[in-house]
Amino acid sequence: MSGILELPASELVKKIRTQEVTAEEYISKCYERIERVEKKVHAFITLTESSALEKGREVDAKIRKDENVGSLAGVAVAVKDNVCTMSVRTTCASKTLDSFVPPYDATVVQRLKSQDAIIVGKTNMDEFAMGSSTEHSRFGPTLNPYDLRRVPGGSSGGSAAAVAALEATLALGSDTGGSVRCPASFCNVVGLKPTYGLISRYGLIAYANSLEQISPITKNVADVALLTDCIAGHDDRDSTSINTGQSNLSKHLVENVAGMRIGVPEEFFGRGTDKSVAKTIWNAITKLEGLGASCTEIKLESLDYALASYYIIAMSEASSNLARYDGLRYGFRLKDEGYDWSTAFSRNRRSGFGPEVKRRIMLGTFALSAGYYDEYYLKAQRVRTLIRQELAGAFKNLELLVAPTMPILPFRLKEKLLDPLEMYMCDVDTVVANLAGIPAVSVPCGSSQGLPIGVQIMAPAFREDLLIRAAYTLEKNLGQIDLKLKI
Amino acid sequence: MVKDKQITREQVRHLAWLARIKISKAEEQKYAKEMNEILRYFRKLDDADTHGIPPTYHVADVVNVTREDEPQPTPPDRLLEIVPLKKDRFVKAPRIV
Repeated sequence: MSGILELPASELVKKIRTQEVTAEEYISKCYERIERVEKKVHAFITLTESSALEKGREVDAKIRKDENVGSLAGVAVAVKDNVCTMSVRTTCASKTLDSFVPPYDATVVQRLKSQDAIIVGKTNMDEFAMGSSTEHSRFGPTLNPYDLRRVPGGSSGGSAAAVAALEATLALGSDTGGSVRCPASFCNVVGLKPTYGLISRYGLIAYANSLEQISPITKNVADVALLTDCIAGHDDRDSTSINTGQSNLSKHLVENVAGMRIGVPEEFFGRGTDKSVAKTIWNAITKLEGLGASCTEIKLESLDYALASYYIIAMSEASSNLARYDGLRYGFRLKDEGYDWSTAFSRNRRSGFGPEVKRRIMLGTFALSAGYYDEYYLKAQRVRTLIRQELAGAFKNLELLVAPTMPILPFRLKEKLLDPLEMYMCDVDTVVANLAGIPAVSVPCGSSQGLPIGVQIMAPAFREDLLIRAAYTLEKNLGQIDLKLKI
Repeated sequence: MVKDKQITREQVRHLAWLARIKISKAEEQKYAKEMNEILRYFRKLDDADTHGIPPTYHVADVVNVTREDEPQPTPPDRLLEIVPLKKDRFVKAPRIV
């Protein structure tokens, strides 16, 4: 029983199936751990202990009766609080949705439940997923389990910290411009942003819908394949979900990169990249070369425009998507007796949204407004095409791109909070994959000053198989990373 | 594009109105300053040659996805439960005219 929380899901499921450990015992252990570390880490907004324990007993009963159980039987999953869970409060870390209890489950949540996974709670995040540090939460920040004075990254900081701190075995986040890869890198876990359209967005509360995907966060590469296989697949209720048949990434857990052609774009090592980060990423690249991959340095000049293009598009989509929060049908509503419609809404939204959300709505409104639309929004969309074209050209000769996930080490709380532009700059290496809709994974690859560093691997659309193979091979060959939890 | 174009407080007030977010006089100043800094960075895109390049609104190459319009059961009571202000089975809204 000892060390059960350290086990990856792929091994844990075997022990639960063979009744070496019961799901109920294991779930109880999760909550004991949560009880012990949550005061320090603050990864969760809402916990669902009684329903989780009950579900654990159900799974155990099925196993005892020799009934079929799902691929995630008994595994504790933490779900980001922008993914709707029926009858469980879903807040987006915003006052606007403080008391919102969804009347339905997101498709991914239905799929988790159908595979007998157990949801242990809803995780902290930047409000409406807008941020890179999880400091923009109505409920206060999540802290990095490897250094409690530092941020866990964001916006899915709660999900990454929960997995790192052994409070849950698996987690779901969402990745709009790096929101899963960034905290995965900062918290020494694996985070995969799948190809746009691989995973249904039904029930994901929208921020920037042309960019975002629900994305798994796990302890290792095998688990990321396992969890993606569970939640991926076509969904009638999301018209942008693509029918690619049953996902089977687990069969690509193959330790072999011989002959793989990998590109290293120099733009990802630009100004602002920490030297120790660059050195650690190059170490991983050298390792891949040693294992038989051929690595080539390349130039992708359009990437210099990626961050500006991304933020203009994301803010524009946000200003439109968040127009729905009028406080009428659900969510936060002030007393508005005597006020007209527009004044009532304006007061409501003033109170309901935090500063970063307001900033992005205002900037998005600006970029979409008459007279500025062509200069900002349309220009950004044209640049997005340039980036896609240049990447498509690169992938004619290459199977993968490798880069840092984050240009810097996990930073201190409040270090960037008052300078929005400096916070945006953190996303410079991750937004590319969202603009192009391609898959990208962050894998732990080393440390500096006791802080985690992740390497980012990108592939052409729907080639998660290549990502998984390279990530798995790297993980197997990099050896133990010298890091200690500080909780 | 004019490089030194600055957003004014009046423009911020107008944007806040368009976005239906009430802001104070002091905030107008703060937003103008922050937005100008961020927009200055965004104008980096001026240097990108996008002549004849079409915009990408969406990366998924799917168009006109249709399905049968069959209602999925969601009990109306469950939807009404989460309405903050209602009268009987109606949502109460602020005055429109």
